[in-house]
Amino acid sequence: MSEPTTALRLDVYKTYKLYVGGKFPRSESGRVYEVTDRKTGEWLANAPQGTRKDTRDAVAAARKAFGGWSGATAYNRGQILYRAAEMLQGRRDQYVAEVAVSEGLTAKKAAPLVDAAIDRLVWYAGWTDKVAQIAGGANPVAGPYFNLSTPEATGVVGVIAPQSGTGHSLLGLVSVLAPVIATGNTAVVALAPNAPLPGLSLGEVLATSDLPGGVVNLLSGRTEDIAPTLASHADVNALDLAGVVAEDGPASAKALETLAADTLKRVRRPDSATSDWTAAPGTDRLLAFLETKTVWHPMGM
Amino acid sequence: MAQLFEYAPAPESRAAAGDIASTYGHYIDGEFVESTGSEALKTVDPSTEEVLAEFAQGTEGDVDRAVAAARKAFTSWSALPGVERGKYLFRIARIIQERSRELAVLESIDNGKPIKETRDVDLPLVAAHFFYYAGWADKLEFAGYGPNPRPVGVAAQVIPWNFPLLMLAWKIAPALATGNTVVLKPAETTPLTALRFAEICRQAGLPKGVVNIVTGDGRTGAALTGHPGVDKVAFTGSTEVGRAIARTLAGTRTRLSLELGGKAANIVFDDAPVDQAVEGIVDGIFFNQGHVCCAGSRLLVQESVHDEVLEALKRRMSTLRVGDPLDKNTDIGAINSAAQLARIQELTTAGEAEGAERWSPSCELPAAGYWFAPTVFSNVSATHRIAREEIFGPVLSVLTFRTPEEAVAKANNTPYGLSAGIWTEKGSRILWTASRLRAGVVWSNTFNKFDPTSPFGGYKESGYGREGGRHGLEAYLDV
Repeated sequence: MSEPTTALRLDVYKTYKLYVGGKFPRSESGRVYEVTDRKTGEWLANAPQGTRKDTRDAVAAARKAFGGWSGATAYNRGQILYRAAEMLQGRRDQYVAEVAVSEGLTAKKAAPLVDAAIDRLVWYAGWTDKVAQIAGGANPVAGPYFNLSTPEATGVVGVIAPQSGTGHSLLGLVSVLAPVIATGNTAVVALAPNAPLPGLSLGEVLATSDLPGGVVNLLSGRTEDIAPTLASHADVNALDLAGVVAEDGPASAKALETLAADTLKRVRRPDSATSDWTAAPGTDRLLAFLETKTVWHPMGM
Repeated sequence: MAQLFEYAPAPESRAAAGDIASTYGHYIDGEFVESTGSEALKTVDPSTEEVLAEFAQGTEGDVDRAVAAARKAFTSWSALPGVERGKYLFRIARIIQERSRELAVLESIDNGKPIKETRDVDLPLVAAHFFYYAGWADKLEFAGYGPNPRPVGVAAQVIPWNFPLLMLAWKIAPALATGNTVVLKPAETTPLTALRFAEICRQAGLPKGVVNIVTGDGRTGAALTGHPGVDKVAFTGSTEVGRAIARTLAGTRTRLSLELGGKAANIVFDDAPVDQAVEGIVDGIFFNQGHVCCAGSRLLVQESVHDEVLEALKRRMSTLRVGDPLDKNTDIGAINSAAQLARIQELTTAGEAEGAERWSPSCELPAAGYWFAPTVFSNVSATHRIAREEIFGPVLSVLTFRTPEEAVAKANNTPYGLSAGIWTEKGSRILWTASRLRAGVVWSNTFNKFDPTSPFGGYKESGYGREGGRHGLEAYLDV
């Protein structure tokens, strides 16, 4: 019997995959691209290069999930978002490490950003069953009618995740994603191409949080493939251009808004490139992807 | 059907409209000014085709002047305490009430809609909108958009011809209450009441440049909505033009709200009170000649009551009186323009060609002017053009369904999502259905009701943003 060796143990690398329809597929293209350490430039992982076809599959998954998710009780949606915060908390160290290498930060600087992302999920978890009360209500019409306005989810929202700003890779992503789903929308997210790893890993948190498959779909890849597909897709109802930074080209705000005009999508315009994702969010994003439905009924004997 | 009663005409006095000038310029910086261009358009009385007046085709230069005037006025107007801004709006509301007969008659003449509706629906609502938003001017910090909501700036507003004054009120009242200044372009077939409104602004002592009216057709509208000096564009009109505006504003920071077309489903379940439902169906599609973006133009009737409802509907349609808009007995006035009449004729011809069954009550239409008899198509399928395209006329398409699920699926099966109607005696079914309809306004056991306190606006390709109510403030606040 031989002695136990003290030889180096090889790390088990992680194969990063897309998160679509509650599953973790590779890109249909079979292609990946290199993701590198922001500071050292060293190879970190191969991220799947999501394609236009992957994007369309993700939209189909998001549409399929929309009825159930928007029809779930607000209480239930809140429970699930809080569960996601619990899951993120449990894997805190993993995300600290991924944020650190993705953004070129020390672990010490990355940790509060992960904590803030957890807290942001908690913040939005608490909003799900309150937003109808602040955004809707009875309208005192001049006549014998019961008249009530209620906010409702817009539908499938395409999200171009933040690509800059401190903490964009996880905190920024959670900051734009959570309000979209808190209000009952489903989402297809184009992750920041050069820092996709925390986002791809977020799929693992969401998959274990009782979030129905398809509510959130996460794609890594070239923004110029994914974003125009989302902007022009007739089954996408709204677009959050949070992370759009290109001054021109196919993924510029102008190009994407022009595509979105064809189907009269609701568009939330890009955030500033220096957005501070640690700042308190307010209700702006929560209200941005809501419709208001007003129901009338006569009153009388 | 035999006439039970004959009605003697009860004409409203045309003279009540006041003097109509032979030519009009724009209203810019508190003055009526001539256009920098030489092109003039004519507005006609659609019930007689008589030319009412000539008005200016606004040029880019005119738009520049108006935007500059609004920009200049913005500084002091937005700095005015809300309570004072509100008082101006209260003044405007009161003057509209005082002059409402004049405005109602003028609106009827210019638009072709019956005096019964301008007098009893449009004008009271116009005044009510100014009253409602007047009261918001000094309460904006309580509107739920943060502690210190700021106005956006100069608002470019383009409105349609179907409710000329009402759409003006929907646009101008919230814009002014929130501290913005405006340049408004009325539709090229109905400019007269907007120009008359300019006089009201003067009577109210509104500071110069706060409201500017520039007339003209789509070219003027494009110059205004694409003007780099405006901070906000608000448009009500066709989906096609809405798309074009959205494209123009792509990549800019100009804010945009759109109120576009619709193809509303009016769903009648088998337990609906038939007579009441028929009144609502008639109100839904024949109100304002069907020139209503939220008109209930697709009737979805549960199969088991289809024949009964259709028969009652035809009986009721036979009592509708079509004719002189200024006759107080008139239910259905003139079609607004020759172009609109042609569009209605094109689509109804397509309806027949595609195999739907067309019916109108026998009614004599005047020889001059633009007229279209109230029309119902039965045996319509969801793929027919008359079931998919907005007709914007007194034309109803009847489809059937068997289950509530099918009704909802059919109702939602259009790119539009502005409004819908539900007729049933069962409360739980109303709520079930209403929650599944993808539409901004759902009328249950009623239709085509409006109120300044009640948000209005569409889902999907019917546009974005809401007008009316607290929600209507958001479009004009920097939030």
